[in-house]
Amino acid sequence: MKQNGHKSQLTIALAGNPNAGKTTLFNSLTGLKQKVANYPGVTVERKQGSWKLENGHANLIDLPGLYSLDATSVDEQIARDVITGEQAGVPKPDVIIAVVDATNLERNLYLVTQIFEFGIPVVIALTMIDAFEKQKHEIDLDKLSELLKTPVVAINAKTGRGKTQLLKSVGEVLDKPPTVPFEMNGNAEDGQNAKIFARYNFISEVVQEAVKHNDRKEHRVSEKIDRVLTHKVFGLVILVAVLLLVFQTIFSWASLPMDLLDKGFGALGDLVRSEMPPGILTDLIVDGIIAGVGGVLVFLPQILLLFLFISILEDTGYLARAAFLLDKLMSRVGLHGKAFLPLMSSFACAIPGIMATRTIESRRDRFATIMIAPLMSCSARLPVYTLMIAAFFAGRKVLGFISLGAVLMLAMYALGIIVAIIVAFVLKRTILKAPPPPFVMELPPYRLPNIRTVVQNMFTRGWLFVKRAGTVILAISIILWALTYFPRTAVQTVDVPAAANGGVFVGTALPEISTESEQLRNSFAGKLGHVIEPVIRPLGFDWKIGVALIASFAAREVLVSTLSIIYNVGKDQDAQSETLISAIREAKSDDGGVTWTPLTAVTLMVFFVLAMQCMSTVAIVRRETNSWAWTFFMIGYMTGLAWIAAFITFQGGRLLGFG
Amino acid sequence: MFSDLLSKGYTLTNVPVGSSARVVAVNGNSRISRRLMEMGVIPGVSVEVVKTAPFGDPIEIRVRGYSLAMRKAEADSIDVSF
Repeated sequence: MKQNGHKSQLTIALAGNPNAGKTTLFNSLTGLKQKVANYPGVTVERKQGSWKLENGHANLIDLPGLYSLDATSVDEQIARDVITGEQAGVPKPDVIIAVVDATNLERNLYLVTQIFEFGIPVVIALTMIDAFEKQKHEIDLDKLSELLKTPVVAINAKTGRGKTQLLKSVGEVLDKPPTVPFEMNGNAEDGQNAKIFARYNFISEVVQEAVKHNDRKEHRVSEKIDRVLTHKVFGLVILVAVLLLVFQTIFSWASLPMDLLDKGFGALGDLVRSEMPPGILTDLIVDGIIAGVGGVLVFLPQILLLFLFISILEDTGYLARAAFLLDKLMSRVGLHGKAFLPLMSSFACAIPGIMATRTIESRRDRFATIMIAPLMSCSARLPVYTLMIAAFFAGRKVLGFISLGAVLMLAMYALGIIVAIIVAFVLKRTILKAPPPPFVMELPPYRLPNIRTVVQNMFTRGWLFVKRAGTVILAISIILWALTYFPRTAVQTVDVPAAANGGVFVGTALPEISTESEQLRNSFAGKLGHVIEPVIRPLGFDWKIGVALIASFAAREVLVSTLSIIYNVGKDQDAQSETLISAIREAKSDDGGVTWTPLTAVTLMVFFVLAMQCMSTVAIVRRETNSWAWTFFMIGYMTGLAWIAAFITFQGGRLLGFG
Repeated sequence: MFSDLLSKGYTLTNVPVGSSARVVAVNGNSRISRRLMEMGVIPGVSVEVVKTAPFGDPIEIRVRGYSLAMRKAEADSIDVSF
């Protein structure tokens, strides 16, 4: 390969329409040698990899998938900046490989005609050529190349077809900037649209000369599938069925690795504790870092599986159909059809949901979706609901045969959805006010997903989450740990401050557990519990529940272990534990009254539906909105609504004679 | 007044499902009309209305051999002739 006059390493950019097979080609050229990050300040993914050339390596940049370079969206702006060499930290590309879908030639070539105008050598990589030929269309590659005045290479990432040719063509075009193969002779009347018309006129001529279509029946297969999948009735039924299947699979597949991770982190903590001298540092590592970060990472299997299914739905083309089916419904609350999937994912976990909002182009729509995503009842709320139901409503029936627990559970999901609709409605009419977003979306042909792309996507996104949320999660874990760890309660002198503190129970429980419980009561978190008690008293919560609320900011399910510690039954109780349940039922407040009534339990559940009790979500919202203001707005409005709803539940319930 | 009526013509929302029409003009908010044109919906091109979504909106059209979904609001900004 000729490289004279060039920097030792070539920079090559891959550009193309969404669904053109760009990612598959990128993966096939770079293998596993790729880096994914974000362009500074925006959530546009920056993918780079190393492509092995005949001599040396090229730095391959995967530009975001786009239809045009007119810079109407962030993606387009970034792509444009990369191509012109204005994107900081990215060298100006020496060659652009334009990825073009043979089955959708005209629209794909539009972007190519724009790229020509930047004066960078271009090689066209023609994908989906096998599907195209299978439909008995004919394409004259030489003719196409001649008309476009640039090399055209038919490739198939799966079979490796065209990879060597692509390499050769890149070498050929080096230092040979393209000539724009047509004239921009639009008339003045068309104004700025003249360029668009000129490009498409040129494309129509090229396609007419180089392609023989087999009376354009290529879309028939997808159309047949769509007759069922986007059918007015069956379409919706199938959509619901697909989602149920996805959720069922996520919950059943994820439980084993989640248990293993949970045990693994426990074992790691034990190991560290046995190997290190006892002291603050060991406690910090074991109880702060390993337990805190581990508590988030146990959700990773579930998050990865969600990413996997989102990727599959995306890759097959079904995701676009789901948005198409539900856009009308979503637009009633002012959201885009594409907001549906992120919100749906949030029922398992808000993190993949929030990361999936990237497909929504309008910033306001995207932010509105992010703001309401955590209101969907995620899987971390289940232990809380389960504990409350098991403690106070087990075995009770409504109308003689419906389980009261199931009704309550359903009510909690419904509450989250209703509040989300209201919040979206209000946001879209106030601070995120915008005209209804345009809905112009391609419905790509159905395709079998490429396993490798899908799996790679899953790990890339999972890793992005760990990397982006990692530091914030680590910091919050350490802060929460410190709140429960300091000041230290000396074991020997425990009943001296305890007397002053009041309410500390020194009883017959196992000494070590009792110490743990006392430590928590006397810690900053315990004191904070007292501080917030006046605020949560109207909700029927005492300071002990307050401590649990503070600790479960780490993650909602932490409520269960914190209550176990505070009620002195050891921290390893789960949500169905009889010991914990009876401890909750018998718990007394400082005034001697019973802490928990069924009404308190329902109030707590309502609080957990709406409150922003999840540091990972906080971290990811900060990253995705790139704004602390929005992050704090979310924490603020959710906690505020949670308080109001809990207040109405508790006080209303009392007025009605419950509790 | 009569000429007014004549020039009003049809938009894409008037095209029945399963029928085709030729685009005459793309009007409206420049950002959206520009996006539509960049996606290949320019005067002179033939479009087919394939179907409407379950709740009556959006609609799916075929243009230049691929499927494009848009809301009726957008479709209404596209003037067509049969």
